[in-house]
Amino acid sequence: MTTRIDTRFAELAKQGRPAFVTFLMAGDPDPATSLEIIKALPKSGADVIEIGMPFTDPMADGPSIQAAGLRALKAGMTLKKTLELVRGFRKDDNATPIVLMGYYNPIYIYGVDKFLVDAKSAGVDGLIIVDLPPEEDDELCLPALKAGLNFIRLATPTTDDKRLPAVLANTSGFVYYVSITGITGAAAADSTAVSEAVARIKRHTRLPVCVGFGIRTPETARAIASHANGAVVGTALVDALKNSLDAEGRATARTVNAVAELTAALAQGVKGAQQAAE
Amino acid sequence: MNIAKPNSYRSGPDERGHFGIFGGRFVAETLMPLILELEKAYSEAKADPAFQAEMNGYLKNYVGRPSPLYFAERLTEHLGGAKIYLKREELNHTGSHKVNNVLGQIMLARRMGKKRIIAETGAGQHGVATATLCARFGLECVVYMGAVDVERQQPNVIRMEMLGAKVMPVQSGTRTLKDAMNEALRDWVTNVHNTFYCIGTVAGPHPYPALVRDFQSIIGNETKAQMQEIEGRLPDSLIACIGGGSNAMGLFHPFLDDPAVEIFGVEAAGHGLTQLHAASIAGGRPGVLHGNRTYLLMDADGQIQDAHSISAGLDYPGIGPEHSWLHEVGRVTYLSATDDEALAAFQLLSKLEGIIPALEPAHAIAKVVELAPKRPRDHLMVVNLSGRGDKDVPQVGDILRGKK
Ligand SMILES: Cc1ncc(COP(=O)(O)O)c(C=O)c1O
Repeated sequence: MTTRIDTRFAELAKQGRPAFVTFLMAGDPDPATSLEIIKALPKSGADVIEIGMPFTDPMADGPSIQAAGLRALKAGMTLKKTLELVRGFRKDDNATPIVLMGYYNPIYIYGVDKFLVDAKSAGVDGLIIVDLPPEEDDELCLPALKAGLNFIRLATPTTDDKRLPAVLANTSGFVYYVSITGITGAAAADSTAVSEAVARIKRHTRLPVCVGFGIRTPETARAIASHANGAVVGTALVDALKNSLDAEGRATARTVNAVAELTAALAQGVKGAQQAAE
Repeated sequence: MNIAKPNSYRSGPDERGHFGIFGGRFVAETLMPLILELEKAYSEAKADPAFQAEMNGYLKNYVGRPSPLYFAERLTEHLGGAKIYLKREELNHTGSHKVNNVLGQIMLARRMGKKRIIAETGAGQHGVATATLCARFGLECVVYMGAVDVERQQPNVIRMEMLGAKVMPVQSGTRTLKDAMNEALRDWVTNVHNTFYCIGTVAGPHPYPALVRDFQSIIGNETKAQMQEIEGRLPDSLIACIGGGSNAMGLFHPFLDDPAVEIFGVEAAGHGLTQLHAASIAGGRPGVLHGNRTYLLMDADGQIQDAHSISAGLDYPGIGPEHSWLHEVGRVTYLSATDDEALAAFQLLSKLEGIIPALEPAHAIAKVVELAPKRPRDHLMVVNLSGRGDKDVPQVGDILRGKK
């Protein structure tokens, strides 16, 4: 199978530039504004869009993304509405890959088989599920691959050479390298360590490797992206969104632009990077 | 329920950490290598007689075991039915059963060369036990505690600080035990290289539910031997309260394959099962949180719901996975007691036996009050008195004087 993710990374490889991957929470600060924001991302330079599925207990996320999830839940977001959001986005964009990222419980409760059918038909291309390591592949990873969705795995600084093959075995689309041991929103890793880690992963796989956690500025994005096939930015975008809200946490006239502008600046940074040697 | 009865109720979990469909290892990749390392370290330690011998020495001389099995004569007379025995875990050093497990985990941490210990705590008893053993072995200790619990369990917060631990009040979510666990997991992901996560109950990713159960099984093993000595036979029923379920599992596990022994777990019914409560088996369904699949309180979208219990140690929207399995196979019966029932039982035991129980085991006592009168006088009932009530004295005092 070839997904929009595979196609996009192949195009980028041809152009010799790394991908800029954005992360925002579905339904933050409300479902309608969230759709407007996501629609604005490709025009602002996002190559791949990750959309967070809100969850009450995001154990690998820092305060910014925790708060984003709670804003979305308060605004009535559900997994079903997250899929509707993707469907809404797909009305005018059939090329930009969409990856849903989050925790397993809402999917388990929705029903794995029904979720995979609905996600595929809504236009989702891949899944990143933080609390499903390879030891739990039977739960969702293998069914997702069968359903034609990519299952993108996180590799981390603790994933050593011995463990990497197990982590990569059923991974598809791309590999997401978490540059630090830590939660989202923590400090960035230095680019030398990242470049060594990416090189190490590339000895085990031909998949593109994107790097995330702790990238906040166009400069860091450039530095990191020059050692990888892509850079992921989440917390900084979520913070820009939050800073545009009014005192009650509601969207203002500035909200969509605030996210779009930072996206454009970060995209500039990533595009300034040299593609990592294959 | 249509679930085949296993040959033994004591053989779980399987090698992937499953008790039936429950359990597992639902954690971030960052933690997975360490969890595998812990599993290996634990199976090596289990097989090492020196480890057992060292632990037994501390259990005897530092914790003060065995804890007595005490015939509660006046409670028995008052209720007029079953003969009630209290397993006196509240007499352990630090005042609860939590220390049994902490000792085991700290010894494992030492074996693994980890110098920094983190823990989550609700009532503060697990936090106090962890702070205590960290002081004893010279380890750095950080305890995560929901801000609501910091408020209602002040005596334990002060104790932890005196013992040299750093108490981190957790402001996220409902600011109770579940959020303390989230925060501890976030710390662990960040400091995985030097940190050992000392989990306080039979929950979390495999191997924690099995390992904590094994360390707590001393409660049931002693009970079996003590009852044999006192009455010359097995007890007829066992009762324990359930937060995550570690004091209950410790008492129950050695008796699971004795079919004549009736077993009751007591969840916290808070304001009542139709209102805010913490009874995940009575009011929840299987889901995935904090590293395992188990019964959880949640809404139709799979979002975790707020639990409520008067007792900080039971105020958790989940339960250990082995309990979920024992419920589904029907080996253990899960009941629940409300805040008001627990408060009444707290006072009853204080006045009749001169033992002020913690609010957590007061929930178990509340069900003894209900069950014992219906049993004959030769029925032997054991209740796990998992902790003492000192920590609850200010809170209950305020309630009884009408202040809260
Ligand atoms: C005295 C006491 N009993 C019981 C519990 C509940 O935990 P578990 O169900 O793991 O025994 C606690 C937890 O804080 C406690 O302090």
